Amino acid sequence: MSRSSRNDALLVLALRAAACVAGAITLLIGAFLVLESWPVLREVGLGPFFHDDAWHPSDGLYGLTPMLSGTLLATAGSVLLATPLGVLSAVFCQYYAPPRVAGVHRRLIELLAGIPSVVYGLWGLTVLVPLIGALHPPGPSLLAGILVLSIMILPTIALSADAALASVPADYWRGAAALGISRWSTIRHVVFPAARSGLFTGVILGTGRAIGETMAILMVCGNQIRTPRSLFDSVRTLTANIALEMAYAMGSHRSALFVSGLVLLGMIVLLVSAAEWIGRGRMHG
Amino acid sequence: MASDSARAADRIATVAMWSVALLVTAVFLWLLGDIAWHGLGRISWEVLFTAPRNAGREGGLAPILVSTFLILLVCMLASLPLGVATAVLLAEFAGEGRFARLVRRSLDVLAGVPSIVFGLFGNAFFSKTLGLGFSILSGGLTLACMVLPILIRATEEGLRSAPREYRLGAAALGISRTSALVHLLLPAAVPGLMVGFVLGLGRAIAETAALIFTSGYVDRMPASLLDSGRALTVHIYDLSMNVPGGDRSAHGAALVLIVLLLAVNSSAWTIARRWQGRSLLHA
Repeated sequence: MSRSSRNDALLVLALRAAACVAGAITLLIGAFLVLESWPVLREVGLGPFFHDDAWHPSDGLYGLTPMLSGTLLATAGSVLLATPLGVLSAVFCQYYAPPRVAGVHRRLIELLAGIPSVVYGLWGLTVLVPLIGALHPPGPSLLAGILVLSIMILPTIALSADAALASVPADYWRGAAALGISRWSTIRHVVFPAARSGLFTGVILGTGRAIGETMAILMVCGNQIRTPRSLFDSVRTLTANIALEMAYAMGSHRSALFVSGLVLLGMIVLLVSAAEWIGRGRMHG
Repeated sequence: MASDSARAADRIATVAMWSVALLVTAVFLWLLGDIAWHGLGRISWEVLFTAPRNAGREGGLAPILVSTFLILLVCMLASLPLGVATAVLLAEFAGEGRFARLVRRSLDVLAGVPSIVFGLFGNAFFSKTLGLGFSILSGGLTLACMVLPILIRATEEGLRSAPREYRLGAAALGISRTSALVHLLLPAAVPGLMVGFVLGLGRAIAETAALIFTSGYVDRMPASLLDSGRALTVHIYDLSMNVPGGDRSAHGAALVLIVLLLAVNSSAWTIARRWQGRSLLHA
């Protein structure tokens, strides 16, 4: 008996060690980003990253604003487009489609969720970009980025919305039906408010995915460093900038790229905290 | 009773619902159809067994498939033990204490970290600090960090779904928690573990950005885990962006990648649905 309890203690110790390692990876990532960005941060601080007019890190110009606006515009556009589409496809699966159609549609959205970003990028590059180019040259543009990103985050939003709608008590539905309220009014005025926090969580997850997406956006956006003036302008996002320049960046340039990584990580931490905050609100009613 | 305008709105909503569903389906078919249409001509048995020539415009995928497989192997070998141990601790031993809350929170953030940031980290930590350079090992370990949250979440779900009676019965019989874990709980958690494994594998196969600066671009057959090896996704990226006239081969490689992923993901769903855990895929 005592030997087995000693084994139990050893087991818990080993498991704890593993959990420490797993839990520490996030800290390690943060630590290494700070460590690698330290040389340039110590030299110039964080200010120039938001104030400088241009991005020429080897000449001491560190303006991230064009890339930051690229990331924010592409994210905002795709979230605006994918949220209604994603939520409506979830509503379709839950309340409109016959069960078999709903099953097939759900499966399809799950398949979309699993397609690699580089494949979305390839499709965007060979199909969407030429189409947009025919409409309004040159083609690689913010619009192409928004469209590809929307398709990519739609599954995230749709699957969370689907789960959120499924957890709305069936009694609400029956109550509304008993009052003679139409299907759409019930969804709008009863189901959506009841599923609100789950829907928000899905949108936040989708936003995180859009901010962090690299390959697809790199392949369709044209990657010129400037703040876009129209949907048809070329843009470069923070993520694309890292992917494009890491290959040859040295010294303070490399360091500056890690600063942009740190900015990305900061955005994600904020979003995860927001999602957690909303989730907690749900628990307390 | 519903008024006329409410009835009209209801009808419009129904039409809108079906249009959205059709639109999503159409985009999906367009995407898959396009890749299949352009890729099929480039696929043959020979492609799987020969090396790429002329920067990938011609020839096959053999070294790339081998590198991809080795990266995945390193990734799963590193993440499985760590992931399962962490999941067991979280589900069975740590409860809702402060330590468990901290670990969970850290894993939530980890799950949201953009893949390019994993790439930066992998480059700084595995390639530079640990001196592994651009290698399959660096790439695989970077991916291991990335799939860890997926693996842990699914395994934890699996463990939690094991009936409470197992634990109570084991305790009543005076069986140690270690043996209860090994003989009762882990076997019960196998489906969850498998779903996690397969989902993690799918995520790892699909990853590009985290690999460019860790496992690198070299398209030769790797001789060891310390060699650089080009993953299938990196190959597609390189062909479509850096190789003029590489589109056709890029489509071929993309088709191979999609078929691989479909196989992996559908096995995840089969396991998940045969067992009750729909919630697992949506967690």
